Amino acid sequence: MKSYLLPEFIIERNDYRCIRCEVCVRQCAFEVHRYDEEEDEVFADESKCVGCLRCVTLCPTNALVVRENPTRIPQNYNWTMDYLMDAYKQAETGGVLLTGMGCDRGYPIYWDHIVLDASQVTNPSIDPLREPMELRTYLGAKPDQLEIKSHKGKASLETRLTPQLKLETPILFSAISYGAISYNTCESLARAAHELGTYYNTGEGGLHKNLYKYGKNTICQVASGRFGVHADYLEVAAALEIKIGQGAKPGIGGHLPGEKVTAEISRTRMIPKGTDALSPAPHHDIYSIEDLAQLIYALKEATHWEKPVSVKIAAVHNSAAIASGIVRAGADIVALDGIRGGTGAAPTRIRDNVGIPIELALASVDTRLREEGIRNRASIVIAGGIRNSGDVIKAIALGADAVYLGTAALVAMGCHVCQKCYTGKCNWGIATQDPYLSKRLNPDIGTRRLVNMINGWSHEIKEMLGGMGINAIESLRGNRLRLRGVGLNQKELDILGIRHAGE
Amino acid sequence: MLRQHQIRDDKDFSGCSIFGMINLEGKKVDGAPIIKAIANMKERSNGLGGGFAAYGIYPELSDLYAFHMMFDDERARVETEEFMCASFYMEKAEIIPTRPHRGVSDPPLLWRYFLLPREELLDGEAEDDFVVRAVMHINERIEGAFVFSSGKNMGVFKGVGYPEDIARFFLLDEYEAYTWVGHGRFPTNTQGWWGGAHPFNILDWSVVHNGEISSYGINVRYLEMYGYKCTLHTDTEVIAYAVDLLVRRHRLSIEDMSKVLAAPLWEEIDRMPPEERKIHTALRQTYSSLLMNGPFSIIISNNYQMIGLTDRIRLRPLVAGTRGNMVYISSEEAPMHLVDDSIEHTWIPQGGVPIVAELKKKKIVEEPPEMELLREEALP
Repeated sequence: MKSYLLPEFIIERNDYRCIRCEVCVRQCAFEVHRYDEEEDEVFADESKCVGCLRCVTLCPTNALVVRENPTRIPQNYNWTMDYLMDAYKQAETGGVLLTGMGCDRGYPIYWDHIVLDASQVTNPSIDPLREPMELRTYLGAKPDQLEIKSHKGKASLETRLTPQLKLETPILFSAISYGAISYNTCESLARAAHELGTYYNTGEGGLHKNLYKYGKNTICQVASGRFGVHADYLEVAAALEIKIGQGAKPGIGGHLPGEKVTAEISRTRMIPKGTDALSPAPHHDIYSIEDLAQLIYALKEATHWEKPVSVKIAAVHNSAAIASGIVRAGADIVALDGIRGGTGAAPTRIRDNVGIPIELALASVDTRLREEGIRNRASIVIAGGIRNSGDVIKAIALGADAVYLGTAALVAMGCHVCQKCYTGKCNWGIATQDPYLSKRLNPDIGTRRLVNMINGWSHEIKEMLGGMGINAIESLRGNRLRLRGVGLNQKELDILGIRHAGE
Repeated sequence: MLRQHQIRDDKDFSGCSIFGMINLEGKKVDGAPIIKAIANMKERSNGLGGGFAAYGIYPELSDLYAFHMMFDDERARVETEEFMCASFYMEKAEIIPTRPHRGVSDPPLLWRYFLLPREELLDGEAEDDFVVRAVMHINERIEGAFVFSSGKNMGVFKGVGYPEDIARFFLLDEYEAYTWVGHGRFPTNTQGWWGGAHPFNILDWSVVHNGEISSYGINVRYLEMYGYKCTLHTDTEVIAYAVDLLVRRHRLSIEDMSKVLAAPLWEEIDRMPPEERKIHTALRQTYSSLLMNGPFSIIISNNYQMIGLTDRIRLRPLVAGTRGNMVYISSEEAPMHLVDDSIEHTWIPQGGVPIVAELKKKKIVEEPPEMELLREEALP
């Protein structure tokens, strides 16, 4: 069958600059570039190009430009080129369209319609280079009140706090499974979390034995597939997370194509080599909230009540009510993942059409838990679409205790968000199990890049806090008075619980 | 789910003068000295708010809750009195005596009531909790009615004007109290509302405040979880409720309460001995939403204590002084000398360290640091 698909990208090679070094040829796992020795020329098969810009970035003479194919059908607001090509693809294969990364559709990004406050005159702004500025955050359930007894002038704490996670900055690395990403990527995340005094999340793919030494900075996930879940795995973690849903694909389970299931992955996940690792849509032992409570307490019991338990859900219409149930079921942390949350593989239509923006979900969950007087009983960590420190600080002011970074962390390590993670051919050595590709990410450099980026963000957060006259992050958490909306309608402002700029 | 009160007006922004004096033996003095002291700091206020709290002023009715009320109109008064009669035994109701003063205009109707909760309605609830709920109910639900004082044997007097004018308006030179606290206000965004003046009061807790609480938004949302309705849109109100929650309801000591409002830095906590570290870590973890961030100096008072406190990095002034049984806390040092020219020593407390003066037990938590003795430095 003749394919009607047009190349997404056009590759322009400046022949004067090209020195025939063949870097592009070797770098492209999609085999776009080909060197013809006889003609001494480099050719490109543009139909294979995914736009990851690996060749452009590594070309030593800047001879390459990759740009979107300008070819368009006659102007049509309804039938865009994306939709047309998707239809051709399905007409040719009969399959479900797959994609990677978070939703790329034009839903409103509320972060870009929220602005922050700063102090002027009546309240001095604080300079973080000269004054203390505190970002330390503790995740976990907080008691309603403390009892402190005093005997003979010596005070003692009578209330026993449940286990807490201590973060030096309110940023964690989100759940990305070994399998979806390479071992080197996992190692980079683990080492960066360790160096930064924060945590990374294993995702649902189990934990490679070599990474057990970073257990104190590891949140181990338990998902519906229960891949790689065993006693040691639970024991080594700093906290556990029950994955109910994921922002990129609410309502369905994780997908790991068999191509990515190598010997190491099969050992870690405890599944046969080369088989698709498809997590069931629901947990088959959780058909309602009381079942979730049982699993939460089973995990707590299994780990001697020494670790906080998080429950991660995708942000959907009634997240607020679900979150309330989760808190009442005994979770110490509620993790919310919005529609722009990333994935290694998801059906395109689900990724792009199911779920709600994280900003709205966060605001309604925080408000709901406060109305019910149980906000202190669990921390809220959000994921899905955090791009920079501005987004982080807005999320905290809306009510989040901390944020999970998934895509942003991968971007720090080189990801160019080409959305082809599911192919296993990631040219940046991140979302791949091909040893030739995965060695491109040196864990020393990956760690360094992650640490650098988070340190940079933390500095920026301190600057913005200081500008608001605040010297501890907790005084901004849920402090929505320090936010204003720009270009939002009244309903949106009401849900976000903020006022419009100028008010 | 989306209630209108979720999005509230911004808090008020103000620079201010504060002054407090307590006689540790409970000996009473009239209002003349504090009027003199607060008038001396006229530059710190702008005529848009002044007020006082006086403790020990109703000795013959000291078992009853003294409600000081502001009403916009007669309808609000009638409606409030109906509510009061349904919930309380009303021993006495009277107009608060005032005398016209040219610096004070447009006062609301000012009444005071001496009340005791009806036993049959208490149903096991503590009297204080019942009173707090009643105050919240009136302030939130009854249009045009506002409780601005609700303690026993004490009263708050406040309004729009310079504090010394407000004092004369309320005839404060005729009251005798063992603790006097005063406030002159310099708001930048007031609508000239009488209820917005300081002190803020709930039960016998009163707070006067100089500064702006940058964490106001979250302080309010936390207190709302515990049933406090912040109807006044001022940051001082949240301090009063926070103190009530921490000390009366959660039974924290004054020192621990002050460590919540002005928490030690994490790096200080990390250096503490283990048990202390455990307590302070838990305090910050549990009450992080009550950390008062931003510049403030405050005087918190109740029937037997007067407490001075600044924010943890000390962005607003506070000076303390003692002589014999008298303890003074003030924004500036000069008024203390004006009131008491033989004051013994004065000092500047450290940021976040409370000065606690308690009746009968002469107890001042913080020893004046030698190097900061102001008397030698500031006076020739």
